[in-house]
Amino acid sequence: MIGKPGSGGRAGHRETGAGAAAAPAPAPGSAAPARVPRIPRTRVPVLLLLPSLVGLAFVVLPLVGLLVRAPWQSVPERLGDPAVRTALRLSIQCSFGALAISLVLGVPLAWLFARVDFPGKALLRALVLLPLVLPPVVGGVALLLAFGRRGVLGPWLESMGVRLTFSMTGAMLAGAFVALPFLVLSVEGAIAGLDRKYEETAATLGAGPLRVFCTVTLPLIAPGLAAGSALAWARALGEFGATITFAGNLPGETQTLPLAVYLMLQDDPDTAVAVSLMLLAVSVVVLVALRGRWLSPTRKQPYVPEPDEAGR
Amino acid sequence: MTAALQARTEGLITAELAVSAGEVVAVVGPNGAGKSTLLRALAGLPGPARAAVAIDGRDVGTLPPHLRRIGYVPQDGALFPHLTAARNVAYGLRGRGLSRAGARESAREWLDRLGLAGLAGRRPGQLSGGQQQRVALARALAPEPRLLLLDEPLAALDVETRASVRHTLRAHLGPYDGACLIVTHDPVDALSLADRMLVVESGTVVQDASPAEVTRAPRSAWVARMLGLNAYTGVSGPDGVHLADGRVIASADDVPAGPVLVTVHPDHVTLHREPPAGSERNVWAGTVAEVTGTGTRLRITVRPSAGPGPGPGAGPDLVAEVTAQAAAELALGEGLPVWAGVKATAVRLTAL
Repeated sequence: MIGKPGSGGRAGHRETGAGAAAAPAPAPGSAAPARVPRIPRTRVPVLLLLPSLVGLAFVVLPLVGLLVRAPWQSVPERLGDPAVRTALRLSIQCSFGALAISLVLGVPLAWLFARVDFPGKALLRALVLLPLVLPPVVGGVALLLAFGRRGVLGPWLESMGVRLTFSMTGAMLAGAFVALPFLVLSVEGAIAGLDRKYEETAATLGAGPLRVFCTVTLPLIAPGLAAGSALAWARALGEFGATITFAGNLPGETQTLPLAVYLMLQDDPDTAVAVSLMLLAVSVVVLVALRGRWLSPTRKQPYVPEPDEAGR
Repeated sequence: MTAALQARTEGLITAELAVSAGEVVAVVGPNGAGKSTLLRALAGLPGPARAAVAIDGRDVGTLPPHLRRIGYVPQDGALFPHLTAARNVAYGLRGRGLSRAGARESAREWLDRLGLAGLAGRRPGQLSGGQQQRVALARALAPEPRLLLLDEPLAALDVETRASVRHTLRAHLGPYDGACLIVTHDPVDALSLADRMLVVESGTVVQDASPAEVTRAPRSAWVARMLGLNAYTGVSGPDGVHLADGRVIASADDVPAGPVLVTVHPDHVTLHREPPAGSERNVWAGTVAEVTGTGTRLRITVRPSAGPGPGPGAGPDLVAEVTAQAAAELALGEGLPVWAGVKATAVRLTAL
């Protein structure tokens, strides 16, 4: 392929670079070719290209379907439906409650995993991350067997007058159970990526470990903490299996949006689609907010030093 | 009188220290000698060495860092990036139980004292390297620690800033009444800031003496070279000192047979274009490897040759300091064959 003119924007750019570099070399009338050949772009084998395009369509088409079939005109009205609003309120309560539980339990856990070495750490860490891969229904069953009326802690909880099953608290617990690993992973990564010199210096300034954690560690891992919180919240918001198993499906009590959507699909599919659309929008917002942090929770602090000698 | 600091370290670095109140001790040595490790051990921070430490007679060796009442400035200052300069300085004061307002007030006073007035509201990212070091020093000094540990406070700065921060350090370490240790790999910093020098090499203390004593009789080739001297290690015998490269150096100093450090001041090295016929006992042929200027004096690096006459190099370089005029008379230039002479009385020997 000898420099076909006007072929492909990106390839053209590369050609200019190569041409400029080689410009002084060939003298006029020498045997060198008139134009420097452009390095051909990597050919994508059809056997790889085809499945990847199908895969892309597989992910995109359902979303397109949702957008195309959405009853756009009646979406606001359907979202204003009392049943939907109740489920929305419950979902918000439940997801933020689950996030609160995850934060209270997960941040200290993440600190422990990132900063303290103890025997059996790898095993405990694997256990905390287990809900990532565990079928949520199994999580719900496990929660029942631990905190349900006939569960391990059931009689004790009952004697204290606490009922978790089929209650909002139970729905929060179910959400926290599946959301916790997301929070722990993000925050642990952020703490592990934090240079210890800040915490050490704080200690030499007379700050005890708890004060160091609250005044130095937490503010410095704020980006990772925010990313983890967003992930955990979104996971709890969408939780279905563990919630329905452990907290049930009581309208006005534990019936959150995902459960409501599932039931509505039977007798009011358009409302189900409208609610799905809303949840999709929320997911997109979370994803956009996480952009850049999604895969790199350990990114360095965004402080760009500006040497300012003039101010000295 | 009990020393302000008494310590013994084990691990990567073994050292015994006694520092009196108000004394500034410079810990000098090449990279990897264990200087920072020593400070971390004294601060109670995790690292490859442990220390038994008593501050003002109080045993703090088993206490965590936050109960030791120390000030510690790590290599780049480690200012908290999310706090302003004033709140950085106030951090340790709050820990000492001052009210928020009191801590803020005192922090501003400290910033003023270190010439940082007007920068109180800036975050570390908006400060220059020198300003950051000053804030870090203010933050460490503000809570009035009984032991101050500074790890390479000048290393990250450019030459000009370095001089001004060094001046700040001198001004504030003078009145400081606790024990102070400064780690540096620059003997010049040590000479200008410290009352005492602790020379550390590969995990052991090779010399613990006043800066004057260290300059007069260095006990480590590294510190001697950093001070601008020619320094070689060798073994002294009845016929002189045998260097590792086979050369034998005659000295008027009388030391017991055994390992010695040989130092020669560059002023005492004479250069000749012909083999000298004078009274110099030590004469080496070589070639001029480098000519560098310092004011009216020139430093000439002579690379000794293996054979009797000028030829290919062998053994460590010898540096001579001559006046620019003398260099011009000899027409010294790089690559020129020369003879270097040193009188036996100018060769200092220190038993190691």
